[in-house]
Amino acid sequence: MNVGKVKAGIIGTGNIGTDLLLKLQRSPFLECGIFTGRNPDSAGIKLAKEMGVLTSTDSIRAIEENPEICDIVFDATSASVHFVNAPILKRLGKFAIDLTPAHVGKMCVPVLNMQECMDEDNVNLITCGGQATAPIAYAISRIHPDVKYIEIVATIASKSAGAGTRNNIDEFTQATRESLSEFTGIKDTKAIIVLNPAQPPITMHNTVYALIDKPDMEAIRRSVDEMAAKIRRYVPGYRIVMEPVYENGRVTTSLQVVGLGDYLPKYAGNLDIITCAAVEIAENYARMKILGDKGE
Amino acid sequence: MSKLLIFDSTLRDGNHAVKHQIKKEHIEDYCLAMDGTGVYTIIVGHGNGLGASSLQVGIAAVPEREMLHTARKSLEKTRLGAYMIPGFGTIKDNLEPAIAEGVEVFTIGCHCTETDTTRQHIEFLKKAGKEAYGAMMMYHMASAEKLLEEAQKLQSYGADGVILMDSAGASTPEMVKRAIGTLYDSLHIRVGFHAHNNMGMAVANSYTAYQEGASIIDGTLRGFGAGAGNCQIESLVALLEKCGVKTGIDFYRMLDASEDIMPQIMDRDMGQEPLSIVSGQAGVFSAFKIHVQKAAKEFHVDARDIFKELGRRKAVGGQEDMIVEIAEKLGRPAGSNINYQLESLL
Repeated sequence: MNVGKVKAGIIGTGNIGTDLLLKLQRSPFLECGIFTGRNPDSAGIKLAKEMGVLTSTDSIRAIEENPEICDIVFDATSASVHFVNAPILKRLGKFAIDLTPAHVGKMCVPVLNMQECMDEDNVNLITCGGQATAPIAYAISRIHPDVKYIEIVATIASKSAGAGTRNNIDEFTQATRESLSEFTGIKDTKAIIVLNPAQPPITMHNTVYALIDKPDMEAIRRSVDEMAAKIRRYVPGYRIVMEPVYENGRVTTSLQVVGLGDYLPKYAGNLDIITCAAVEIAENYARMKILGDKGE
Repeated sequence: MSKLLIFDSTLRDGNHAVKHQIKKEHIEDYCLAMDGTGVYTIIVGHGNGLGASSLQVGIAAVPEREMLHTARKSLEKTRLGAYMIPGFGTIKDNLEPAIAEGVEVFTIGCHCTETDTTRQHIEFLKKAGKEAYGAMMMYHMASAEKLLEEAQKLQSYGADGVILMDSAGASTPEMVKRAIGTLYDSLHIRVGFHAHNNMGMAVANSYTAYQEGASIIDGTLRGFGAGAGNCQIESLVALLEKCGVKTGIDFYRMLDASEDIMPQIMDRDMGQEPLSIVSGQAGVFSAFKIHVQKAAKEFHVDARDIFKELGRRKAVGGQEDMIVEIAEKLGRPAGSNINYQLESLL
């Protein structure tokens, strides 16, 4: 069987990086080789130290200086930082899983195209909004390739949007929109991102609108349900809260993502949808590309 | 005190009142009639600004570039303005094209506690040599101290001013005094106010803001705007002049535009309909009204109940999707099995 766990590095010690760190603790295939960022005071660094994980505040340089420390690298920094990190990780021969909206590598949503991404050296996880809604957009468009327009609205609790998300709100919006076109082939798409500061924080909420002439609602509902069930395999809190309805000339579907409550509480499903996807991809890569090769 | 600047949002906020159906010829007529009257900028676009034409908030009759282009051609003296909420529009899809169309004054808006989402856009605009103001929507939802903290961020990004938006028309004069006073005392950039009229206080609250140090008042002709409408600029100018403030406005030309052009654009008079009063009291974004009415009809529920629930859930601007979900839920027979209240899991 397995000779051991594959080592993964995490760059970025904010909300997303720390949530990943906690999820890796449960992985049967992965372990965290290094948890590295720039902020010595980050709550994540403190937590990692308590857990006995190797930490650094030298960001990617810690991996450059000690490349053996990991085979897979999660980049949970920000789009601008990932533009710098991406070529370094490529030179080091690491499989890079980019959780920023930099969109350097191929966009990957596990339920839609994970196997196609296994030969890439850098995959991009778009945004939490893209992970949550692109599969539903696809589930609708596979029934109706004639969809004229797709639009999504992703609302997340302010408390769950860290500095990276806020500083990259522009790339976030742009990348989410582009993912809709990428996965459905529909050119005319739109993404709207809303931060809601209500207390107690709201659960991540998403709505997908589609303009379709004569929609086959029964087939759309089945397709959406089937997609949601597949996503739940790696994001347990993924729920359709309003099944596709035809109202005011549009097909409207709403869904929420309840988090596992690893780092932030359960309302922050936006962390889980992207960190669960990242772990799913990393585990798959570890099994196929590393453990498979070494396994005897 | 700096000279008072009047921002004219008639062709932007007014678009909410007609479901974003303002026509090209209206933009042209309005801009010709108002050019050079002394308003600082004429802001044009979808009700929620650049990039907001959508199923979520309504598809605009005229594409945004065409709106801006039409206005640009009809304005010689008055600056062309645009509004954008990050999360709706982006630099690449919206700000760059707007600059290419000749927009000179930008207002970047966001919910009042989320100003760090405007940093990229304000910095981009200042780098491009444009005027950029930060607008804090739904200001009634935060304390004066929190508002100041957020406004200071806008100032640090290089914003030329900070505008508090009473997007729900939920203000009492005391709330205006405290919020504007706090900002005016601590910022070195302009402070502005954008009122809504749900409780009949838009002009009075704008005047209070002016007295507390605001040097930007954002309003519309005839109060044409979302929900119960905005601060009616004609009335405010009359009031200010009567109080001895030199506004520099060509008052008769403004009144002529109000008389000749506005009836063509508006489909009814503004005023405090019962539903708008409920919405103001509940503190819900004014532009939700038409969507609430539609959803109430579609799902056979009471629009007032939808507003109350929206207020309870503390919906912010941009969350129009919540309306359909609430209406659908309210309209569902008792004992329905889908678990809506995921919040109960937390």
